[in-house]
Amino acid sequence: MTSHKKMPIGGRAIEPGKSEEVETGDWRSFRPVVDQELCIDCMSCWIYCPDSAVIVKDNKMTGFKMTHCKGCGICAKACPKKAITMVEE
Amino acid sequence: MADLAINGDSAIALAWKQIDPDVCAAYPITPQTIIVERFSDYVADGEVNTNFVCVESEHSALTLCTASSSAGARTFTATASQGLAYMWEMLPITSAMRTPVIMAVANRALSGPININNDHSDAMAARDCGWVMIFAENVQEAYDNAVMAPRIAEHHDVQLPIMTNIDGFILTHAVERMTPLDSTAVKKFVGDFKPLYPLLDWKNPVTHGVMDGPEYYYKHKYQMVEAMEHAIKVTEKVFKEFKKISGREYHLVEEYRCEDAEYVAVVLGSSYGTMKAVVDELRAEGKKVGAVMPKLYRPWPDKHVAAALEGKKGVAVLDKHAPIGAYGALFSDVCTTLIDMKDAPAVYNYIYGLGGKDAKASDFRTIFEDMISGKAVKYNFMGVEE
Repeated sequence: MTSHKKMPIGGRAIEPGKSEEVETGDWRSFRPVVDQELCIDCMSCWIYCPDSAVIVKDNKMTGFKMTHCKGCGICAKACPKKAITMVEE
Repeated sequence: MADLAINGDSAIALAWKQIDPDVCAAYPITPQTIIVERFSDYVADGEVNTNFVCVESEHSALTLCTASSSAGARTFTATASQGLAYMWEMLPITSAMRTPVIMAVANRALSGPININNDHSDAMAARDCGWVMIFAENVQEAYDNAVMAPRIAEHHDVQLPIMTNIDGFILTHAVERMTPLDSTAVKKFVGDFKPLYPLLDWKNPVTHGVMDGPEYYYKHKYQMVEAMEHAIKVTEKVFKEFKKISGREYHLVEEYRCEDAEYVAVVLGSSYGTMKAVVDELRAEGKKVGAVMPKLYRPWPDKHVAAALEGKKGVAVLDKHAPIGAYGALFSDVCTTLIDMKDAPAVYNYIYGLGGKDAKASDFRTIFEDMISGKAVKYNFMGVEE
């Protein structure tokens, strides 16, 4: 993270598009871990994830974007194969 | 300019006229009303170029002021008591947005019971909102503080709002002799407001008032802590420069006959004048006593207070507000300064003058007599008859 000495005062965003640089996964206390052996690429986790943190490539579920994932655990709950477990950070 | 016979509110309005701010938004409330009333006369008479905005409440006044300062305008407001309380939601936002709004506060008791007279309960309830706070002993200081305030608040190392406090009625309404500065000298001294990344800079678009996650919030707060620390040096520098144009010398912590004093009383505002008279009286009787006033109250000038109190036998701290269930704010601040002092003086808290109760010289005299005779106790709620 930027040092407070380099941050503009008062929470001012002095360049446009600053939100692109902001990562929102830093308050997670549990992270999802997928067991690819059990995964059937049904996309339930992709559908239910409220933060679009499930990465899909060529119709395959390949993992999670950890800079977006808040660790809510909805993917683990939604997975019909119990392929996703929540592990403490 | 020739000396004037003027009350504190009009003196502040005069300083504002000489500064000619871009925007002023305020809601009338006794005993502050005269400030904005006089100032609106100046606006109506075309003596200033200020955009005067009539608002429907103090909450709106400070919201507007914060926004207009964000836009890049030098912005003034004034309030008192319930008005300051009604602004409370905005107070920490104004400071966190680093908008150097200038606010005169005519210190008045907070209701209830309903009371419109002077004490410091309004300012003390707002003391940790990230505003620089400065107090005046008399009408001259009310005017001088108003002239110096923009220089402190708008300094790029500070960029925090400032409250210039004056005792309601005692200073706001009482007429005193006051030496104003020449208007061109004031203009030159105060200079132009150079805002950092103002909203109305079309060529460099910026966003103000964004939401912070925990990490950013934490760091932005620390930036404010650092800015407050800078305010100590900046205020000292402004005082020094002000002396050059006015001949009047101010210190962050004013001391009166303290050099060889064994017992001192720490007090804020107009009571400092009364206390100095009592010190003279007791000095004439051979008692080694002195008076101290932390003119700059926020940031708390820790080292300067320590220097004033070091080596004393006893320190009485007078609070003109009543925290119900705790000690006075000024007393608590003094205690934080004394906590790591070797051979620190004994310290006593005196609550006085609430809701406009007379703060008499004879009462102040008993404070010193209590300390000298060893009868002083830690907490005293003065003047309550059994």
